[in-house]
Amino acid sequence: MKLKFGVVVFPGSNCDHDAHYVAETILGQEARLIWHKESSLGDLDVVILPGGFSYGDYLRCGALARFSPIMKDVVRFANNGGVVLGICNGFQILVEAGLLPGVLLRNSSLKFACKYVYLRVENAETRFTSQCRQGDVLEIPIAHGDGNYFNDQDTLKRLEDRQQIVFRYCERDGRVTEASNPNGSLSNIAGVMNESGNVMGMMPHPERACDPVLGHTDGRKVFDSLVENFVLA
Amino acid sequence: MFHSKILVTLRKSILDPQGKAVEHGVHSLGYTKVKNVRIGKYVELNVDAPTEQEAERITKEVSEKLLTNPVMEDFTFTVEKISS
Repeated sequence: MKLKFGVVVFPGSNCDHDAHYVAETILGQEARLIWHKESSLGDLDVVILPGGFSYGDYLRCGALARFSPIMKDVVRFANNGGVVLGICNGFQILVEAGLLPGVLLRNSSLKFACKYVYLRVENAETRFTSQCRQGDVLEIPIAHGDGNYFNDQDTLKRLEDRQQIVFRYCERDGRVTEASNPNGSLSNIAGVMNESGNVMGMMPHPERACDPVLGHTDGRKVFDSLVENFVLA
Repeated sequence: MFHSKILVTLRKSILDPQGKAVEHGVHSLGYTKVKNVRIGKYVELNVDAPTEQEAERITKEVSEKLLTNPVMEDFTFTVEKISS
């Protein structure tokens, strides 16, 4: 049986087709694009909020997309345990919607960062990383101007205690250093999940590292993990 | 009708790289006495409400729900009557 992926398309999304391509062509699952004005997700297993510049990043990144009609159903889906993956702008939308803790500030460099980075898998016992081992290093690209993850110290401690930090920026050998932090993120955080583990947001683009034609395939581990967990369930 | 002016500022605990860059520019102009540049946002809006209290309530709610993100921003506002 095929999994049903839904990729939400906001005005200004630009990684929606990449995510759809990965789900349908690379993973061989069913995938559907969902316009943000729709009010219902329909019957889905996984919702992807893709990268891009929804609403032109007006006001704050993700702040306006959060009020798109479809988001009511995305919140309902997430609160019922549905699997939601937010990539880049999708991550920003998830924090604005209150589905994930924290906020994404302007990169500390003030520059748009567009390059391959290394990510250390901090928690391999998630729906999104079960195909990895803890400490594995993935090479996945980033492309953002506002990816500087921030949270207050109490929340950071809680995230650490509950192993909600899924990825950290690191060196090729897995060392988490200041030099390997591309945007100033608190504690090198690149991806976090909610407490129940069904919603994850990450600034790097796993969908851009799936097709061997593009040179890197580490992103597949995220999607293969998702699929594996449904097969096992 | 009431006119609201809302000032959105980054919370004290948040580093402001944009402010730092501007401060650097101000210093290169020779104004080396200028310190602690922080950048915020300014929003104006009109509220069609029967009383000033009601206009304040709406302005506050809109600021909390959309204009600011409480994790990183604070806000202050003023409300002024502009017509009957």
